[in-house]
Amino acid sequence: MTTTILISIIMTVVGASTPILLAALGELVVEKSGVLNLGLEGMMLIGAVVGFAVTSITGQPLLGIIAAALAATASSLLFGYLTLTLTANQVATGLALTIFGIGLSSLMGEPYVGKTVEVFGSWFPDSLAEHPFLRIIFGYSPIVYFSLIMILVVSYFLKKTRAGLILRAVGESDLSAHSIGYSVIGVRYAAVAFGGAMAGIAGCYYSLVLTPLWSEELTAGRGWIALALVVFAAWRPSRLLLGAYLFGAVMTLELHAKAAGFSFIAPELLAAMPYLATIAVLALISLHRSGGTAAPACLTKPFKPTA
Amino acid sequence: MKLFTRRSILKSAATASTLPLLGQSAFAADPLKVAFVYLGPIGDHGWTYAHEQGRQDAIKKFGDAISTTIVENVNEGPDSERVIRRLSEEGNDLIFTTSFGYMNPTLKVAKRFKDVKFEHATGYQRVANMSSYNLRFHEGRAVCGTIAGHMSKSGTAGYIASFPIPEVVMGINAFTLAARRINPDFVTKVLWVSTWYDPAKEADAAKALIDQGADVMAQHTDSPAALQACEQRNLMAFGQGWDMSSFAPNAHLTAIMNKWGVYYNDRIQKALDNKWESTDTWWGMKENAIEMSPYNDSIPADVRAAADAIKDGITNGSVNPFSGPIKDQSGAERLAEGALTDGDLHKMDWYVEGVQS
Repeated sequence: MTTTILISIIMTVVGASTPILLAALGELVVEKSGVLNLGLEGMMLIGAVVGFAVTSITGQPLLGIIAAALAATASSLLFGYLTLTLTANQVATGLALTIFGIGLSSLMGEPYVGKTVEVFGSWFPDSLAEHPFLRIIFGYSPIVYFSLIMILVVSYFLKKTRAGLILRAVGESDLSAHSIGYSVIGVRYAAVAFGGAMAGIAGCYYSLVLTPLWSEELTAGRGWIALALVVFAAWRPSRLLLGAYLFGAVMTLELHAKAAGFSFIAPELLAAMPYLATIAVLALISLHRSGGTAAPACLTKPFKPTA
Repeated sequence: MKLFTRRSILKSAATASTLPLLGQSAFAADPLKVAFVYLGPIGDHGWTYAHEQGRQDAIKKFGDAISTTIVENVNEGPDSERVIRRLSEEGNDLIFTTSFGYMNPTLKVAKRFKDVKFEHATGYQRVANMSSYNLRFHEGRAVCGTIAGHMSKSGTAGYIASFPIPEVVMGINAFTLAARRINPDFVTKVLWVSTWYDPAKEADAAKALIDQGADVMAQHTDSPAALQACEQRNLMAFGQGWDMSSFAPNAHLTAIMNKWGVYYNDRIQKALDNKWESTDTWWGMKENAIEMSPYNDSIPADVRAAADAIKDGITNGSVNPFSGPIKDQSGAERLAEGALTDGDLHKMDWYVEGVQS
């Protein structure tokens, strides 16, 4: 295998991993605050269509990305209103958000079917971005670098800052956090909004970078992989990075192995690997913790402040 | 036209018992009610999109003489049976179910609703009120293969394939046979992606095949993602189901156009004339049901002429994409002379020489 192919494979892996990393990172923060938002797929689709539409109209991919983040945030706040203010069931509402997102994005995307935009590619000069070797560092869309920075930011936020500590407290013991005067609902709203924004950016990575087009259900179920990834990572940002690239590698290597004619492992098995790995990791975690899980203690529990 | 989503159909089923919907078509002046069940969204720009173009053709031709209903995004399996039964109960006269997986559900409903005419695409089951129909996509593949044989510098094509059913295998073989008539060393690398529609995966598959030396790409999946991947790397590709040149103006050499409308118009006419009966139809270029979209400007005149010769030959019957001698993947001779029959094609589960999978 030549170096060129190897570099090309690595770049494909990064491409496949980035959107699930972004979406999962947002969901991780949401779940850390004690809320489970199963609407990732729907929010990603809303982000994908809005990002594409705005980029297509204005010719400015940055505006498209901002609009995508805002639109997906708006849809996540709808979820927040239903589950946090009205204390509706989070699982059912999240699923409803996914179905809503699929429908709304199809409707909004109708005028954009069959159109295409310029790929939102690397900002580095061509001498670096198209260089046969250096492109492995410089040849990516700005969203890729953004996703890596966000891993550091979220990691630092959760571990080192006071606000991060409060967010975790809300997710682990909402009553305690409430009794010492923190607004449980407020913190959760903020987390849900952040999750929405990240999902929106993840979604428009598909419609602006990976396949610069809009087509219904463009993300084809990647939101569910991102959800599995949060569990796989045991709610830790560092492990999320590892997991996202592992998932991306498995998804991509399956194709490369088949194209190169390797048939030592059934492709169906390879395709099932991310999910099998998630189950295996879950089992390992519960063994390690002697029965417990790494999930935030208040996950999916509605909070009703008593007077 | 009424536009239903799968869910609104299910919802309306709950209230239907109170509404006198049945027997609407009892009045002679009523238009013929024609329904279409679609697998994907109309906006997939591939399979379902092509069927929708067919329906539009029929609306143009028959105007007020018909009224049409569509249901998009219908999953194969129990969901589809509910949708097809519901459409039958609503008094539709002619129902087209446009995916292989609707075969058994259509059959089940057809046996119960003897007065409704059913048409199932790409399957093989028929009863007195259920026809089957398909198009000869492989005829278009032969034209693509001819162009690929001329245009490819590496002599290697990538082929993104969905599921190993005869229809897909037929396309791979027709493409490879045609390309090897031009370039005897031509190789087709096939990559099975186990999906009809997943843009990100199709794009990644295209990249993997490009890394393996393919400089021209064919696909039996529905999205234009692979074309875009080829456009970005200045390579060549063929569109699928409909003209996809807007996504890849330089890479898009030509596309196989599935002109279902030719068939829909014929069947609707027969139903209007009370001449409809259950048949099995497999139309292609001869019936204008398979066409090629305009050639890319980058294709030189001699290659156009070669491609047109294949197209015209298939249309007038002088060329058969599966004429012998044909060797299989291992180099053993499968057919010395003559041509494979339709029966052989329907059972095709082997590759011709030059296919790598």
